[in-house]
Amino acid sequence: MKYARLIWVNLTRNKRRTILTTLSVAAALFLFVALRSVNTTLNEARDVGSESRMVVRNAISVVFTVPEAYYSWLTTVPGVRRVTWGNWFHGIYQDPRDFFPSFAVDVDGYLDVYSNEMEIPEDQKEAWRRERTAALVGTGLMERFGWRLGQTINMTSMIYSPDQPWPFTIRGVYTPFPGWTDEAFYFHYDYLYEMVEQVQPGWYVLELEDPSLAATVASTIDEHYENSRYATRTETEHAFQSGMISMYGNVGLLMNAVGMAVFFAILLVAANAMMMAARERASEVAVLKTLGFSDRLLFGLVLVEAATITVIGGLLGVVGAKLLFEGTGFQGAGFLPGFEVKLSTAMYGMLIAVVLGLISGLVPAWQAARLPVAHTLRRVA
Amino acid sequence: MALLQVRNLSKVYQRDSQAIPVFEDIDLDIDTGEFLVLMGPSGSGKTTLLNLIAGLDEPTTGTITVGGEEVTAMSRRQLAAWRSNHVGFIFQLYNLLPVLTAYQNVELPLLLTHLSKKERRQHVMTALDVVGVSDRADHFPRQLSGGQEQRVAIGRAIVSDPTLILADEPTGDLDAKSADEILTLMQRLNREFEKTILLVTHDQRAAERGEAIMHLDKGVLTR
Repeated sequence: MKYARLIWVNLTRNKRRTILTTLSVAAALFLFVALRSVNTTLNEARDVGSESRMVVRNAISVVFTVPEAYYSWLTTVPGVRRVTWGNWFHGIYQDPRDFFPSFAVDVDGYLDVYSNEMEIPEDQKEAWRRERTAALVGTGLMERFGWRLGQTINMTSMIYSPDQPWPFTIRGVYTPFPGWTDEAFYFHYDYLYEMVEQVQPGWYVLELEDPSLAATVASTIDEHYENSRYATRTETEHAFQSGMISMYGNVGLLMNAVGMAVFFAILLVAANAMMMAARERASEVAVLKTLGFSDRLLFGLVLVEAATITVIGGLLGVVGAKLLFEGTGFQGAGFLPGFEVKLSTAMYGMLIAVVLGLISGLVPAWQAARLPVAHTLRRVA
Repeated sequence: MALLQVRNLSKVYQRDSQAIPVFEDIDLDIDTGEFLVLMGPSGSGKTTLLNLIAGLDEPTTGTITVGGEEVTAMSRRQLAAWRSNHVGFIFQLYNLLPVLTAYQNVELPLLLTHLSKKERRQHVMTALDVVGVSDRADHFPRQLSGGQEQRVAIGRAIVSDPTLILADEPTGDLDAKSADEILTLMQRLNREFEKTILLVTHDQRAAERGEAIMHLDKGVLTR
């Protein structure tokens, strides 16, 4: 602590340079946190889904439907306990940028198959079952839009008659169990069926008696429909989610590549600033050595000085990102529902800031430690 | 036994493939409490000799012993610790850290000790008082005159009560009046506080303040 003043005065002697370097690090860490949060958000979405549930979809793409007639046969497949179905609705409430997942579902089947994912009061379950235009909404979505139980809202769909208003009454609010989203919107498939001609299920969800039967069930179903007009692809719900996410492309690789590029760019900026500062102070380092400051101590002081800049910059960037994204409710224009800066990402960012400081300070610290005192003093005189 | 013993000291600088000898086989003794002045023309090797004694440079051959400890046999780490305890160095250009106040500059050598903040404060204020700038403790070097800066630098050199004070042209950058005050102060340190001083200068008036004068010229040291 007794050297804190010495470090501080060295940091503040060229305020403009210190501030600019700190802000560079802050901007880089902000970007890093944002990029990593995109990754973690997508990965989290991928992790939603169970290994004991399977999804049967059109073999060509999830965009295409599967016939209603498949339902009866699917219930007879050995190893399948229950079958339900759903459709992607892509509902919009007021602003298309406020994306949230919305589904038309077979209400009774969904309540059975997903009973371990959502907690719903019994009276609200019944209210949702009874009314054709009723909707079941996650707590997060209720909070995001400030909705109330019993409220009627008008939505539109990006898929079905985009200009047509779809009134819904919120009859149920579910609380998700860990690992399930709190921002989903469910309504009756019957309502969709009534409003849209020739609608068919987007996919079927199968609840297995035993997860180990997944491969057998998948091959049984896909082989059965192999030569039909609507060939199927059957996969675990987890794999289905991963497939949905992979439609974004290899976002992880892209984010990591950009993140690494930013890291090295800022490493050079910080290292350059530290080198300049150290070069300017060579004579002072020589004087300190004359007073008895050891090589090791001077090495440490320069290193701590560099790390102080990057840690302050890192704090600004990481905390700034956290506050900004939380404050604005950022959702990536609807493509990143549930986007948040996780504590692990913030910690990782700070670790990078420390490493950045240590690496950028390494060369100037080494130079300070090995500085030839007599030669440097002679040059000054 | 003399406090400082220099034996067969030689220094040769190597510039590319060319060897440039500064001096060869120098012997020097300084007793405890002595005020020795080392004179010589520019480039004669006065500062080099001072740097070698302070352990800031390595001799080509020879030994330097201070208070029974062989400086030339110490590692870099040992030298740093030894300097902080035994050497007070005064520069021609003061070499105060511009971002620190006079107080903080004088406190620097004490940061290497185990003294508490309160004890450091007592030592610093005593040193500033001895050199006559205690009223300037909170001033930065840019707010001080040349003479005051050198007083602060002397305060920094004596604050840890070193065995040996080495002064390299301490009046070289000062006007006559300030130079005279600094020399009087150094005399006082020698007489009143019994400090052993080796002062390097090529100023005859400065040299007259010492108890003995030695000349270094063309690599030869004479009394």
